[in-house]
Amino acid sequence: MSEPAHLSCQEFVELVTDYFEQAMPRDERERFDAHLAVCEPCTRYLEQMEQTIRAVGQLSPEDLSPEAESLLLETFRDWKSS
Amino acid sequence: MQATTASDEAQLVAALRERDERAFAELVRSYHAALLRVARIYVPSTAVAEEVVQETWVGVLRGIDGFEGRSSLRTWVFRILTNAAQARAKREGRHIPFSALDQPGRVPEPAVNADRFLAPDDPVWPGGWVVAPARWSPADRLVAKETLEIVSQAIEQLPPNQRAVISLRDIEGWGSDEVCNVLGLSDSNQRVLLHRARSKVRTALERYFQGEAQ
Repeated sequence: MSEPAHLSCQEFVELVTDYFEQAMPRDERERFDAHLAVCEPCTRYLEQMEQTIRAVGQLSPEDLSPEAESLLLETFRDWKSS
Repeated sequence: MQATTASDEAQLVAALRERDERAFAELVRSYHAALLRVARIYVPSTAVAEEVVQETWVGVLRGIDGFEGRSSLRTWVFRILTNAAQARAKREGRHIPFSALDQPGRVPEPAVNADRFLAPDDPVWPGGWVVAPARWSPADRLVAKETLEIVSQAIEQLPPNQRAVISLRDIEGWGSDEVCNVLGLSDSNQRVLLHRARSKVRTALERYFQGEAQ
């Protein structure tokens, strides 16, 4: 066998981002789907990665500190009057 | 950061050219946090990153009259930043290791620790899970304030290049093309950085939920 027919779970977890990004060659995608269809732990893992991405998406970009904002607005006023 | 339409953007550019302070304040509020995270890839501390971002805003104001709209305003602003950050890194004699952005795949970093899997030559289930990942439920725990605090800490602990990529993609909602463009990354390297970042955040959540269950 030159090409392994099946993915192991350990290989599966490294392909999850390629899967989400739809960046897999067709044969690899077929092996990924075939593994997913029969592997409950990896189905759970994939679900956790989706939950992780959603959780990260809940974070809001940090607010600008009032000091930084006033410094920048000062810069703006200098520029405006120049 | 909201995706802006071409006409919103044209309005914003016109307002900046008219020296409209509110337009500038809006732009600063939208991009400042992301600019800081990207600057940290190149410079060694948050303090220096803040100076670079300040320099960037000065560059934006100086350049706005000449902005031709060949790229989006956002891409243009971030290009000014990466140029300023690289120049600053050079002045400080900081060598940006080639592998930091160009070849993240050089040093392997497994998404899940190898000891979670059976050996590759295991007779029954080569490379299979020793113990399956536990279910995370109920789903509302994922948006609890404490959980988001864990997520935020996990992101802070990432190497700066991974932190910048996950922030732009998953917090700011940028597409992969724009991230590659602004950071000068290939598609595949961008995916490697995103994969590592997300995998580490997942591991942090797993630890947190398991610790809670015990």
